[in-house]
Amino acid sequence: MVNLIWVFMTVFGVVFAIFNGTMNEVNEAVFSGAKEAVTLCIGLISILVFWLGMMRIAEDAGMLKILAKLFRPLVKRLFPEIPNDHPAMGYILSNMMANMFGLGNAATPLGIKAMEEMRQLNGGSNEASRSMITFLAINTSSLTLIPTTVIAIRMNYNSANPTDIVGTTLIATLCSTIGAILIDRFFYYRRSRKG
Amino acid sequence: MGIVSVISLWFIPVLIAFILMYGTFKRVPTYESFVEGGKEGVKIAVSIIPFLVGMLVAISVFRASGALDFLMGFIRPGLEALGIPADIAPLAIIRPISGTAALGMTSDIMATHGPDSFIGRLAATIQGSTDTTFYVLTVYFGAVGIKKMGDALKVGLLADFVGIIAAIVVVTVVFGG
Repeated sequence: MVNLIWVFMTVFGVVFAIFNGTMNEVNEAVFSGAKEAVTLCIGLISILVFWLGMMRIAEDAGMLKILAKLFRPLVKRLFPEIPNDHPAMGYILSNMMANMFGLGNAATPLGIKAMEEMRQLNGGSNEASRSMITFLAINTSSLTLIPTTVIAIRMNYNSANPTDIVGTTLIATLCSTIGAILIDRFFYYRRSRKG
Repeated sequence: MGIVSVISLWFIPVLIAFILMYGTFKRVPTYESFVEGGKEGVKIAVSIIPFLVGMLVAISVFRASGALDFLMGFIRPGLEALGIPADIAPLAIIRPISGTAALGMTSDIMATHGPDSFIGRLAATIQGSTDTTFYVLTVYFGAVGIKKMGDALKVGLLADFVGIIAAIVVVTVVFGG
């Protein structure tokens, strides 16, 4: 999918330039685009290093575990199929907490673990269970508390106040997560009515 | 909407102070932990360079040739009737498909319109408030060998749609259109 879009943008751009007489601009764009990408990544290093460093302290201090405990009663309601002390619940909670703190790299292995446990609960079937769909719906709606990368990009382009989108992002994330949960429930009830 | 701005301003510094105090209280070797975590930041930033170079070159060519404006001309009237800035459409389409491609588009929007413009803030909010649905589904289902995804893709994409609408509404209310 990405391959198609990528090739389409480049090839369509070049072909369009032939008819539009903008080949000169396209030539420049190839080099300026590449240069901008590298500059951007170098700029990202500063905030990524700082934030992931902070998050490591939070993790080592056991903050993620405490948060996981706090959220347990709420999350249990989202996954009625998973028994109380099943390891799947622990992995789901840790995955959510890691996501909230923007620790994508830590979240993925935990999420995969959670999926393995849920598959076993589902008798090892190769079909997605109800809990799996709920789990993925929540994951795809993003749970980020602090959009580190976005802040870094805004700093790069000299924003007057790079963090002023934290509030709007939080509200939008909340909406999309609640939306994901409701949509998931809707599809579940539709499935179960069909039998 | 003063509260949202105050939260935005205070959230990060207060969180940093809290993490450092809590870490010290729990006897975490704070500085060493910080450095260990930070190393990962360097790795991530360097590893996304090829993704961004590829995507930004494609977007730059697409834009510089005039093709983007040409195509946007078709959908602009429809979107603007709904109050949606047309320049956000490509980002909204690519966000669920590729995270790094979306990151490239977000930075392109900020370079073109400025990070503090309405559309710059909207792009930032969309980028931060939804995730790459296709990637998440592929990685998680692929890793444990689930062949039948059920309603997962539908649910994920609909949730992305809700997130993008929410972002447009929230940014319009907080920062004005």
